[in-house]
Amino acid sequence: MSDASTSDPQIRVVLAKLGFDGHDRGIKIVARILRDAGMEVIFLGLRQSYKNVVNAVEQEDADAVGLSMHNASHMTLAPKMVDALAEAGLEVPVIVGGIVPDEDIDPLMKTGVAAILGPGASAEEVAQTVRDAVAAVRGSSPQA
Amino acid sequence: MSLRGLPPADIFDKALGGERRALGRLITFVERDAAEAETVAELAHERAGNAHVIGITGAPGSGKSTLTGQLVKLLGEAGKRAAVLAVDPSSPLTGGAILGDRVRMEDVASPDTFIRSMATRGHQGGLSLAVPGVVRLLDATGYDPIVIETVGVGQVEVDIAGTADTTVVVATPGMGDSVQANKAGLLELADLFVVNKADRPGAKDVRRDLDLMLDLSHVSGQDQRTGMRPEIIMTTALSGEGAPEMWDAIERHRTAITANGQLEARRVNRDIDEVRNRLMADLESRVDLMLAGQSLAGVAEVLDAVAARSLSPTAAATQLAARIKDL
Repeated sequence: MSDASTSDPQIRVVLAKLGFDGHDRGIKIVARILRDAGMEVIFLGLRQSYKNVVNAVEQEDADAVGLSMHNASHMTLAPKMVDALAEAGLEVPVIVGGIVPDEDIDPLMKTGVAAILGPGASAEEVAQTVRDAVAAVRGSSPQA
Repeated sequence: MSLRGLPPADIFDKALGGERRALGRLITFVERDAAEAETVAELAHERAGNAHVIGITGAPGSGKSTLTGQLVKLLGEAGKRAAVLAVDPSSPLTGGAILGDRVRMEDVASPDTFIRSMATRGHQGGLSLAVPGVVRLLDATGYDPIVIETVGVGQVEVDIAGTADTTVVVATPGMGDSVQANKAGLLELADLFVVNKADRPGAKDVRRDLDLMLDLSHVSGQDQRTGMRPEIIMTTALSGEGAPEMWDAIERHRTAITANGQLEARRVNRDIDEVRNRLMADLESRVDLMLAGQSLAGVAEVLDAVAARSLSPTAAATQLAARIKDL
């Protein structure tokens, strides 16, 4: 039906907020942006654990994880999420969206986060960042 | 340890060994109808045929996901290895989808439960075309029962009745009167009714309307088709009230259709339906190509005539139908 899904394999993204963080306007907007960009969004929403996200990525065979973070926990929780996925043998990019101060961007990227999207990112930028992060992993070896 | 580049048969072995990531990948092959899908289908076909397949269907917001969550919780407590396929609609415009059912199930499910969200990917009828193949795969890898939650349906999305052994139709108060209950469609195909939100006013009226409808099935002789009157169970999914009774009724139905031979008949029909659905999907994509002017000559002229109103859509369809054999 859609050109996007017939030419390229459908991109499936797990979206979650980890831990105690109730600011969910952003994640809802991102879910809608990705839907309208032709992706399938597995929406986990609020108060998720690493284990929930790992389970979802395994069972849903997701291509990427989007974490929405608005409670200054990004330097602790995002790297732990990256590690938890790697430990489970899951090769998926983690994209952080939300409030990340400028001085945290480099250190956070060094922990293995694939991309960071701040406030003011356009819809196209959000969708393209996900596509690029997925392509980087899919392109690294032949798609199984 | 990446799954990339592994032959599908190796991934299948890993899935048989309980590796969820491997099962997740196999489902993707089936969903995409990828090159690997045929191998996966053959491997699954050899081992499938044991699981009880339960369909949960009903209007959007009727509580299907929450009820499915309660059901899965009970099954986990009973030591069963259950799987859930939660289907949500794809956007007809972009092909995108928001799959939001998992979150209502995961917290209550046992760690053995496998939950997969699926988008309809352009298929009408309340399920996605890949659902039968995915059910077979879950069955082959030892999941039993398999619960399919359909998209929120209206009256005509009846795919589920052809796919499940036991079809549960969820009704809620405030959805209309007894005339609605007697219209043709989904309600005729229920094996079991659940009146959810039973704590709300009007729940008893829904039960009465469904009962009256079933009485009329007896009067008209329609109940001869199944030989069984569907039970009506009252539930409050949020609190879990009524969920054990729902499971008992589902098991009674399964026992009854196993005994009277209907289970076997349904499964044969299901496989033939799947052949038909695959052929129809193939035909549909050929028709789309034809209308896009990419397969047969002269189609654009016919469509131009329709656009110019010199040819009626009916006459155009008749002309083109004569050429379908050339597709």
